[in-house]
Amino acid sequence: MTKAQKTIGVLIPLALLLAVVVWTFFYLIRWPPTVEASTRSAGVVDITAQTVGSIGTGNHPTWVSYLVRDSSGVWVHTTTLQVPANSTVHMTIYQFDSGSSLRNPVMNQVLGAPDATLDGKPYSLWTDTIGHTFTIPELGLSVPMPGISATAANPCSVAPCALSYDHHTVQFTFKTFGATVYTWQCFVPCGLGYLAGFGGPMSTFGYMNGVLKVVA
Amino acid sequence: MSPASSPSNVNRFHLTRILVVWLVLSLILTPLVYFVWGPNMPPGDMANNAKDQQFDNTVLSTVATPVVLFIWVYLGYALIFFRRKDASDEEDGPPIKGHLGFQVGWVGLTTVIVLSLFVFGTYELVGPNGAGTGSGSSPIWTPAGYSGVAKYNKLFQVQVIGQQWRWTFRYPAYQGVETTQLVIPEGVQIQFNTTSLDVIHSFWAYELGVKADAVPGVNNIAFAVAERPGTFQIRCAELCGPLHGAMSSVGVVVSPTAFNTWIAGQLVLHGEVIPLLPPYAPTYLPQSDGGLYDPGQDPLGPDLTLPSPAP
Amino acid sequence: MTIETPVGEKVSGGGTPDEPVTTSLPSYWTRPNVLTGVVGAVIGYSIGHWFGNYVAADNQQFQGNGQNDFALTLGYLVATLGWLAGLGVLNYPIAKMLGHRPDETFEEDPRLSRYFRYTLDHKVVGLQYLSAMLFYFFAAGLFALVIRSELLSPTSHLLAPDTYVEVVGEHGTLMMMMMTSAILGPFGNYLIPLMIGSRRMAFPRLEALSFWLTPAAFVVLLSGLFVGGFPTGWTGYAPLAVQAKEGQDAYLVAFGLMACSMILAGFNIVATVINYRAPGMTWTRVPLFVWGILVTSMLMVLAAPILVGATYMALMDRTVQTALFDVNHGGSSYLWQNLFWFFGHPEVYILALPGFGIALELLPVFARKPAFAYRTAVAGMVGVGVLSFFVWQHHLFDSGINPDMRPVVMFTTELISIPTGIIYLVAVGTLWRAKLRMTVPMLFIFGMLFNFLIGGISGVFLSDVPADGVAHGSFFVMAHFHYTIMGGYIFAFFAGIYYWLPKMMGRRLNDRLGKVHFWLMFVAFNSTFLPLFAVGQLGMPRRVFEYAQRLQALNVWVSISAFALGLSMLVFVFNFLKSTIIDDKVELVENPWQSRGLEWTVPSPPPRLNFPSIPIVTSGPYEYGTGAGPMAVLSVPASAGAEGEVLL
Repeated sequence: MTKAQKTIGVLIPLALLLAVVVWTFFYLIRWPPTVEASTRSAGVVDITAQTVGSIGTGNHPTWVSYLVRDSSGVWVHTTTLQVPANSTVHMTIYQFDSGSSLRNPVMNQVLGAPDATLDGKPYSLWTDTIGHTFTIPELGLSVPMPGISATAANPCSVAPCALSYDHHTVQFTFKTFGATVYTWQCFVPCGLGYLAGFGGPMSTFGYMNGVLKVVA
Repeated sequence: MSPASSPSNVNRFHLTRILVVWLVLSLILTPLVYFVWGPNMPPGDMANNAKDQQFDNTVLSTVATPVVLFIWVYLGYALIFFRRKDASDEEDGPPIKGHLGFQVGWVGLTTVIVLSLFVFGTYELVGPNGAGTGSGSSPIWTPAGYSGVAKYNKLFQVQVIGQQWRWTFRYPAYQGVETTQLVIPEGVQIQFNTTSLDVIHSFWAYELGVKADAVPGVNNIAFAVAERPGTFQIRCAELCGPLHGAMSSVGVVVSPTAFNTWIAGQLVLHGEVIPLLPPYAPTYLPQSDGGLYDPGQDPLGPDLTLPSPAP
Repeated sequence: MTIETPVGEKVSGGGTPDEPVTTSLPSYWTRPNVLTGVVGAVIGYSIGHWFGNYVAADNQQFQGNGQNDFALTLGYLVATLGWLAGLGVLNYPIAKMLGHRPDETFEEDPRLSRYFRYTLDHKVVGLQYLSAMLFYFFAAGLFALVIRSELLSPTSHLLAPDTYVEVVGEHGTLMMMMMTSAILGPFGNYLIPLMIGSRRMAFPRLEALSFWLTPAAFVVLLSGLFVGGFPTGWTGYAPLAVQAKEGQDAYLVAFGLMACSMILAGFNIVATVINYRAPGMTWTRVPLFVWGILVTSMLMVLAAPILVGATYMALMDRTVQTALFDVNHGGSSYLWQNLFWFFGHPEVYILALPGFGIALELLPVFARKPAFAYRTAVAGMVGVGVLSFFVWQHHLFDSGINPDMRPVVMFTTELISIPTGIIYLVAVGTLWRAKLRMTVPMLFIFGMLFNFLIGGISGVFLSDVPADGVAHGSFFVMAHFHYTIMGGYIFAFFAGIYYWLPKMMGRRLNDRLGKVHFWLMFVAFNSTFLPLFAVGQLGMPRRVFEYAQRLQALNVWVSISAFALGLSMLVFVFNFLKSTIIDDKVELVENPWQSRGLEWTVPSPPPRLNFPSIPIVTSGPYEYGTGAGPMAVLSVPASAGAEGEVLL
């Protein structure tokens, strides 16, 4: 074989390998889409989210998950939120899932959001079963969201859930500061069958934990 | 062969040059390491353990400096002076297969250094009550006032609870209140009781010089005295899941009076949760005596639910 | 006698000199080969996965969490069996068990295609190992570049947090798992018979099997990325490992397979070195490289079974819900750590010792002097090996173990510095008044000595319990083990490649490119890992995607240097491919390094049976400057056709 033939013979597998490497890289950097908070007024924004008992689509249709409503009203399966810096964020979460107990009762409390309301009424503690929490440890924010009753007449089984199904509405406000990225998560160990209840959706980005990007 | 180039003279020639260069460099750098770098070494001097770790780092660096310098000087010297003259030089070197004195001296010297470091390390571990490292549930080098029996233990107790993925802290002397921020009084001997609710974490309070693994079912005890007010970084030092990197917070050291004010405020802030918390216990598992944290829905485990809601 | 027969031609073998019997070579495609192996693997996976589903699908005991670990694990295991069956590994044992005469005429096949199938020639296995190990190394290195890209920012930006931890785990596990055999596989298998004057290894089938398990382990581990990854890093700590998603099964099976590979490879080498030394090759004439590989092999044989046990236990916890590691149900939170590190610590000496072996082997050649203090060197390597079993608890200093264990383990760990220092004693003595020839392999050895020193000294910091209180679980540990393993072992690996490639392939790597590779790699390596000592001491834990803002500048510097390090590897890859494949074969100087080693007395590459007949060794390999004659007497047999000798 001539040198040219050998060079081609080497370059072709290398090119294929490079293609595999590039494809793997793009596979690794997949990220659930970012949903930006909608602006209410200068320095005040809104985020609306829901928590459901099973997402219905994707690799894990039976997993619990958060969804976020984007500006066109579509419920997006993501946990990547974006808010501006130095602003006040009003958050509304519709909780459609049944509840279970927390491992650590500290999270039964509402922390860091003194104006939190549950179905319109102010609350600071919930002692019955909890569906999920929205917790940003770095901001000292933690809001428990009660589970719907076990005897509820009209539970939602698969996302996205319309407001006509049984749910609880939790609303609260928190402030952001400088540009950074916070991680947030749920603290209810509902990863059924996993050790300590924290496997599966609890350990997977885009389901029960996510990031809050604060952009300047 | 003239006397000037006899093997023993050649040996002495090279040896002298190497030793002189090494000695000069060591005499300059070693004191610099000890006296100039030493007081600035991590992790600082905010707590007694941190000071000990700093001192350890300083001593180890000081001992390491001449050792490293020797090898570097030697390798550099060999690269310059022990090379063949040019590419056509096919001669072999002198057939030196060993030198008993050198070998014995080297092994002997390394043994002495290593044994001294061992003695030093043990001393630095025992003296400062375990040097801030997690010493298990029955520590043997303990400060005055410690007792394995809870009611005789006079030390300030803080329980560090690791869970996926945040730290919380309980103060048994203050109704077992559980807080999300760690605040400790300065100048007081603190006993950190570290445990976990799920997987293995590691409580690393950097400026306090404390590192204790939070292991489920185990009470890992570490001691520290914070010597001045300030803040310290808390990190998790054992991979505990995807958000391991996010499991950090900031602890504060305040004066004892400020601490009393703070803890009173915490009792108010977390007051309504205290009845929901399990009784304070060294570990939290279904089988342990005392407290019980619900480990979540476990198809193979006992049925565990919260107590019925307060009316 | 080298047989270079173009494809398809007839070859002579057997019969008498007057009436040669000619047999035509069967096609590569009709015999077991890599592709039939792949087919076997796919079939095996389907069977295993189906059976796992059949047993486990509706059974709560198996499927508490809705993921079928049992099916996945069984799929992987049967796939490996299918892979081996498809390769033809099982043909010999099955034939023997059935009382048939096994057909191993493929061993006489001299064509290039023998590199792509199961073969019993240790030289072919050595080259198969070399290409595979280079491939695994670069794959794992690419993951490292992804990690460093994420760490450019102190907050999450490129990878989701769970993907980041998966990538960290893939990089670490690929390196620590596959690279254990990076020197022993290629160079141990290729060179040991040549260095001890043997025509074969003791268990060629086990040797080949140990190689063919490595692609299986590699593929299984990588497949973990596509089933959710594993969040535990290469150390696989339970209870997190029990909680993890399916990717953890890939980690556990892959590590178990690789441990089996290590046991087999080690076993074979120990038996070979003990039993197949040529007459006159006394223990004091055994080359230091062989000693290094021998001690490594003993460690593999003794430590790897513990890993197989531990991974099996973790798989049981994950699939059938035993509670060995779950303290909630009576298990132990410490059990995994202790079992893993009982293997894990000898593992890192499995990684260090072959590096020492190569360094001490090459130094006499390029210094033109005997190895200084040969017996002390051997004692040092054996001492490291023995002591390595007594220090594993230093990975558990802060975990709450019995406190009076800690000074004991601090003692044994510090003691290991003494035999490790003996390696430097030998290096220093060999370099004394040497006539150094600064060839590319020698550059890498100097680099290794420089790097391993820093790594070793940082180990002393970690062995001191109070200082370990700062450094444990931080980037300081990362810098320590990268300096010892990459700075020591991998630099020695490259030294071995540049040194022995002329022997193994009859081709020499381009010197100028080699020097570019070395200098770029050395500078980039130190630039990448030296700041990490500081980063760790300043409070950054390992395996984190978020870190303090003040450490960003250092991390950016490290990431850029890491890319430069990757670039140096590209230089090597270009040099390697060009010199071994693309360039026309040039008539090489026999023994370009003028080494006394026994392996250099045979042609490059050596003929099928290595030596014309078993040599008689008359002097040691390091008798430079003593005027001793060649190492052995190689006699040519009186009668031709000696290759009819029954070998296998």
